[in-house]
Amino acid sequence: MSLPILTLLLIVPVLGAVVLGLFPRQSTGALKWGAVIVALVNFALSVVLWLRFNPAEPGMQFEENLPWIRALSFQMNYHLGVDGISLLLVVLTTLLMVLALLGSWGITDRVKEYVVTMLLLETGMLGVFLAADLFLFYVFWEAMLIPMYLLIGVWGGPNRIYAAIKFVLYTAVGSILMLVAIVALAWLHGQNTGVTAYDLDAVLPTRVPLAMQAWLFAAFALAFAIKVPLFPLHTWLPDAHVEAPTAGSVILAGVLLKMGTYGFLRFCLPLFPEATRAFAPLLAVLAIVGIIYGALVALVQSDVKKLVAYSSVSHLGFVVLGIFALNLQGLEGGLLQMVNHGISTGALFLLVGMIYERRHTRLIADYGGLWKQMPLFSAFFLIIALSSIALPFTNGFVGEFLILLGAFHANKAWAVFAALGMILSAAYMLWMFQRVFFGPLKNPANTGLADLNAREVATLVPLVILVFWIGITPRFFLNPVRPALQEVLLQYQSSPLSLSQAPAGARQPARPPLTRDRSLPVPAASAPRDARRALVLAHGEGALP
Amino acid sequence: MQMVLEYAWLIPVFPLVGAILNGLLGKRLGKPFVSFVGVGTVAAAFAGAVATLLALRGTAGGVFTKDLFAWIPLGTPPGGGFSANFDAPVGYLIDPLSVVMVLVVTGVGLLIHLYSVGYMAHDPDYSRYFTYLNLFAASMLTLVMANNFLLMFVGWEGVGLCSYLLIGFWYEKESAAAAGKKAFLVNRVGDFGFVLGMLFLFSVFGTLRFTDINQSAQQFHQAGLLTTGMATLIALLLFVGATGKSAQLPLWVWLPDAMEGPTPVSALIHAATMVTAGVYMIARANALYALAPAASAVVALVGALTALFAATIALTQYDLKRVLAYSTISQLGLMFLAVGVGAYTAGIFHLMTHAFFKGLLFLAAGSVMHALGNKIDLREMGQLHRYLPATHRTFQIGWLAIAGFPLLAGWWSKDEILAGALHVQAHAWWASGPLLYGIGLVVTLLTAFYMSRAYYLAFHSNQRLDAHTEAHLHESPPVMTGPLWILAGLSAVAGIVLAGPVLLGRESLIGAYLHPVWEPARHILGHEAAHPPLPTLLGLMAVATAVALAGILAARRAYREPAFAAPEPAERRLGAWWRFFDQKWHIEQGYHALFVRGGTRLSDYLAGPVDQGSIDGAVNGIGRAVEVMGEGLRRLQGGYVRGYAFSVLIGVVVVMAYFVIR
Repeated sequence: MSLPILTLLLIVPVLGAVVLGLFPRQSTGALKWGAVIVALVNFALSVVLWLRFNPAEPGMQFEENLPWIRALSFQMNYHLGVDGISLLLVVLTTLLMVLALLGSWGITDRVKEYVVTMLLLETGMLGVFLAADLFLFYVFWEAMLIPMYLLIGVWGGPNRIYAAIKFVLYTAVGSILMLVAIVALAWLHGQNTGVTAYDLDAVLPTRVPLAMQAWLFAAFALAFAIKVPLFPLHTWLPDAHVEAPTAGSVILAGVLLKMGTYGFLRFCLPLFPEATRAFAPLLAVLAIVGIIYGALVALVQSDVKKLVAYSSVSHLGFVVLGIFALNLQGLEGGLLQMVNHGISTGALFLLVGMIYERRHTRLIADYGGLWKQMPLFSAFFLIIALSSIALPFTNGFVGEFLILLGAFHANKAWAVFAALGMILSAAYMLWMFQRVFFGPLKNPANTGLADLNAREVATLVPLVILVFWIGITPRFFLNPVRPALQEVLLQYQSSPLSLSQAPAGARQPARPPLTRDRSLPVPAASAPRDARRALVLAHGEGALP
Repeated sequence: MQMVLEYAWLIPVFPLVGAILNGLLGKRLGKPFVSFVGVGTVAAAFAGAVATLLALRGTAGGVFTKDLFAWIPLGTPPGGGFSANFDAPVGYLIDPLSVVMVLVVTGVGLLIHLYSVGYMAHDPDYSRYFTYLNLFAASMLTLVMANNFLLMFVGWEGVGLCSYLLIGFWYEKESAAAAGKKAFLVNRVGDFGFVLGMLFLFSVFGTLRFTDINQSAQQFHQAGLLTTGMATLIALLLFVGATGKSAQLPLWVWLPDAMEGPTPVSALIHAATMVTAGVYMIARANALYALAPAASAVVALVGALTALFAATIALTQYDLKRVLAYSTISQLGLMFLAVGVGAYTAGIFHLMTHAFFKGLLFLAAGSVMHALGNKIDLREMGQLHRYLPATHRTFQIGWLAIAGFPLLAGWWSKDEILAGALHVQAHAWWASGPLLYGIGLVVTLLTAFYMSRAYYLAFHSNQRLDAHTEAHLHESPPVMTGPLWILAGLSAVAGIVLAGPVLLGRESLIGAYLHPVWEPARHILGHEAAHPPLPTLLGLMAVATAVALAGILAARRAYREPAFAAPEPAERRLGAWWRFFDQKWHIEQGYHALFVRGGTRLSDYLAGPVDQGSIDGAVNGIGRAVEVMGEGLRRLQGGYVRGYAFSVLIGVVVVMAYFVIR
C-alpha cells in the first residue's frame, strides 16, 4: 500500500500540536517557529500531492476508505479523496496556514494554546476538503468551528465574545439543517438499496425525488450560503473579521469562506441537479446583489478591515455567480476565483495586520501619507490591491473574466450587472489606498513607523508570486481542475428534467450510469447556427444561399 | 529578416525588464544606472521598431502574427464558435498599423525618456519615476502589438495603471493623488464597456483575434450570425471604452486633472500615446465599424462635438498645461471624427503628427516650468522669448503646426480629416458631411486662436514675472532642448514628407503604407475612402488655411503687443459665454453631484440603515427573540415538583380529551 498522504495531511498538524503542547510555556519563539515548521511540512506534503496528482483523471485520487461505523445496514466510512475541485483548495489551505502563522508574531498572550488551536484548525479545514463521506464531511465541518471560535473569542479584539458567538450560532443554524438533509439523503439511499450509507460514492447515484430535492437543496444551500456568505446572510462576517486576530482573518477569508462555495460545487450541483437548475437564477441574482451591495458598503467603511470584509462579500458574489452560471467557464472562473480571493484577501489581511501591530489602529482616518514612511509596505499593498481589483495579468482578472464570460453565456443581464463590480471595486480600493498611503504624512504617530522586516517580506513574497503566476499562466492551475468540473457538469446535464415538469413526489428512475465521454453535449438549439458557421468558414460567403 | 519579426516580442519586453530592474535595484544603484536602464531599454525598443519596419517590407501580405503562449482558456461559446476551443493567446500582430504605432510610441517615448533625465534630475524619487515610465512603455507597446482584444485589454488597463501612478507621482499633494484616482476610475467606467464589448464579440465570433474578426466579419454578417444591430452594439460598447481612454465626451473629465503629473508624463501619456489608444482600437476593428454605420456615425459626431467643446474651454484657461490638455481632448476629437467617417488614414496620420507637435508643446511647457520654478500660469509670464530662446523657437514651431499653418505637420493631417468629413456618405442628418465639416472648421478657427493666445501671452505681451522668478530664469540643459529640437523638426517636416505628394494629386506616403490595413472595411463598404478630386482638395485646403490664419491674426492683434489685463479681450467679447466655457459647461459639477455625492450617500444609506439597521437588526432580532422565548420557557422549569405534576396532569387531560373526542 502506498503512503496514505491524505491521512498524513490530517495527522501532521495534530501530531505537531501534541509535540508543541510539551514545549515550555515561556519559550514563545520556539512555539511559533515550531508551528511554522509543522505547517511547512504539511505544505510540502500538499505540494507532493499536487505533483503526483493526475490532471487527466476526473474522479477522486489518493483515496483512502476504511469502515468507520458499521451497524447492521448503517455505514459511515473514513473515506478521503482529492480531485480537481479540492486539490487547489488543499494547497491553498496549507500555504495560507504557513503564512498566517508567520503573520502571528504579534500574539503574545497564551502562545502555546494559540499555536495548538491553529494547527487543530488546519486539520479541521483540510478534513472538510478531503472528506468523501457525507458524515465525515459534517464532522469536520462542525469540528473546525471550535478552534475558529476560540481564535476569535480568546485572541480577538474588544468585542470578541459578541463576534465569536454570532459567528458560531449563525453557522450552526445552517449546519443543523444541513445535518438533517444529510441524514435524509442517507435514509433515502437506504430506502433504495437497504443500506443507509453516507459515503459519497454511494449517495451520488441516488436519484432524489424531485419534490424532496428542493428541500434538501435548500437545507444544504442555506448552510453554504451562510458560510460564503451570500447576501443577505453576510452580517456575521464584518464582525468576525474586525474582532479576529490577523491569522484568524486570513484563515477565515482565505479558507473558511471557500467551504461554502466548495460545498455548492461538491454537493449541491451533483446531488440535486434539477433543484440546482431551478434555484440557480435566485442564487445568481443574490450573488450579483452581493457583488454590488458589498462594494457599495465597502466604499464608506472607516475601518480598513471592515472594508476588506465587505469586499469579500463582493468577491465571493463573483464566485457564486460563476458556479450558478452552470457552464465550464463559470465553474472554472469560480474555482479559480476562490483561490484568488484566498491569495489577495489573505494578503490584504496580513498587510492590515502588519500595520495594526505597529499602530494599533485600523481606522483609515488615522493614516495618510504612509508611502513616504513605508515604501516597501506600500508597494506590496499596491500590488495586492491591484490584484484584488482584477487588473489584467494578475490572478483576479483571469477569475473575474472567466466568471463574466460564463455568466454572459447563461444570461447577458447577469454579466452586465456583475461587471459593474469592476468599477466599484476600483472605487473603494483606490479611495482607501489614497487616504492611507497618499497625501502628506500628517499624523505625528505615523512618523516613526518601521518598514517591513525580513519575516514580513517573506510572508508576502509567495503571495505576490502567485498573483502573477496565476495571472499570466492560469492554465497551470486550471488544467488539473477542468476534468473534475466537466464531470460535475456532465452529472448535472445528464438530468434534463426541471422541477416543475414532474408530478410532485414522483419517484424517478435511477440515473443512467455516467458515461466517461469527456465531450459535453452541444445544446441542440445551436446546431443550425453551427452548421451555417461551419459552412461560412469552409467555403466562404459564396456558399451561402 | 523573418528573424526580426520572430523576435519582435522583445520590443515591449525591453522596457518591462527596465521597469523590473529599476524597480528592484534602482534606489540602490543610483541615478546613472537608472538613467541608463530607463533610457537604454526604450532605445532598444526603438531600434527594434525600426528593424521591424524594415523587416515587414519583405513579408508577403505585410502581416506577421505569432502566438507566444496560450493565456486564458475561453472555451466555446454556447452558440458554437469560430474555432472549437479558443484560448486567448499572448501573441502579437505586426502590420503597417502596428508598426506606425510602435514607431510613434518608442520614438516619441525615447525622446521623452531622455528629456526626463534632465527634467527629473533633482527629484528624490528618480528611480520610481523611471520604473513607472518604463512600465508605461511596456504596457503601451503591449496595447498596440497585441493580436487579440483580450491582450490589448492588458495593455489598455496597464497604461491606465501607469497613468494612475504617474499622475499621482507627487503623491504628497492631495490634488495629485485625487487626480490619479479619478483618472483610473473614469477609465474603469469606459473599460466596463470594453469588457462587455469583448463578451459580445466572443459570443458571436468565438475568437478575439483581430485578423479573424476583421476577415470574417462580413461573412458572418451575410450569414446572419452578426446582425447589424449586434455589430452596432459591439461597436458602441467598444467605443465607450475608447471615450474613457481617449477622454471624449462624456468621459473626458479626468484628463485636465491629469496635468497634476510631471510634465514629461503629460507629454508622453496624456498627449502623444496613451490617449490615442481609443483611436487606434477603432482603426484596428475597422471591419466591425464598417458593418455598423450607425455606430461609426456616433463616433464621428461624438468626436466632432468633443473637439468643439474642448476647444471652447481651452480658450478660457490660464494654466498653460490645461490649455494643452483641453487642446489634446479637442484634437483627439478630430481623430475620432476621422475614423468615424471612415478616413482611417487621416485619423492615424493626425495621431502621429499630433504626437509630434503636442509632445513638443508639452515638453516646451515643461521647459518653461523648469525655468520659472514650476510656475505655469499664463498671467505670470510674458516676454519669455527673450530669456528662453530654444524653448521659444521650438514652442513656436509646435504652435504653428497645431494651429494649421501651411506646410507644417498639423496642416496636412487636419486637412485630410476635414476633406474626409465633408465627403462622408452620411448615415443620418446628424452626422452628415457639411455638418461635421462645419464643426471641423470652427474647431480649426478656435484652435488657431487659443493656441496663439497662449503663445503670445507666454512669450510676448508684457513681462509679468516677479523679481525672484526673473532672477532665476535659465534655459534648460541640452538633454531637454535636444528632444525639443528633434520634435520640432518632426513637427515641421513630417507632413510634407509623408503627405506631400497629395498636392500633386497622388496618394500620400502614409496613405499608401496603411492602405492594406483598411482592406476589410473597404471590402465591406465596397468603395474607397472618399478621395476628393485635386481641385476640390486644393480649395478645401485654401479655406482651412484662411480660417487658421484668421484665428492666428486675431489672437496676434489682441494679445501680442497689448499689456495683459483682466478681463482679457476674448473675455470681453464673449461675456457670459466665457464664464460658461470657463465652468466647463457645468458638466463636471453635475458629475460630482450625481456620482460622487450621490454614490457616497447611497453607500452611506446601505451601510447604515440597511446593513446595520435592517439586515443585521433582523439577525440580532432573531437572537433576541430566542432569548425572550427562553426566558418565558424557563418559568416552566421552576424546579418545584408540584409544578411538574401540574403539567403532567394537563398533559393527561389533553391526551384523554383527544381520544374521547375522537
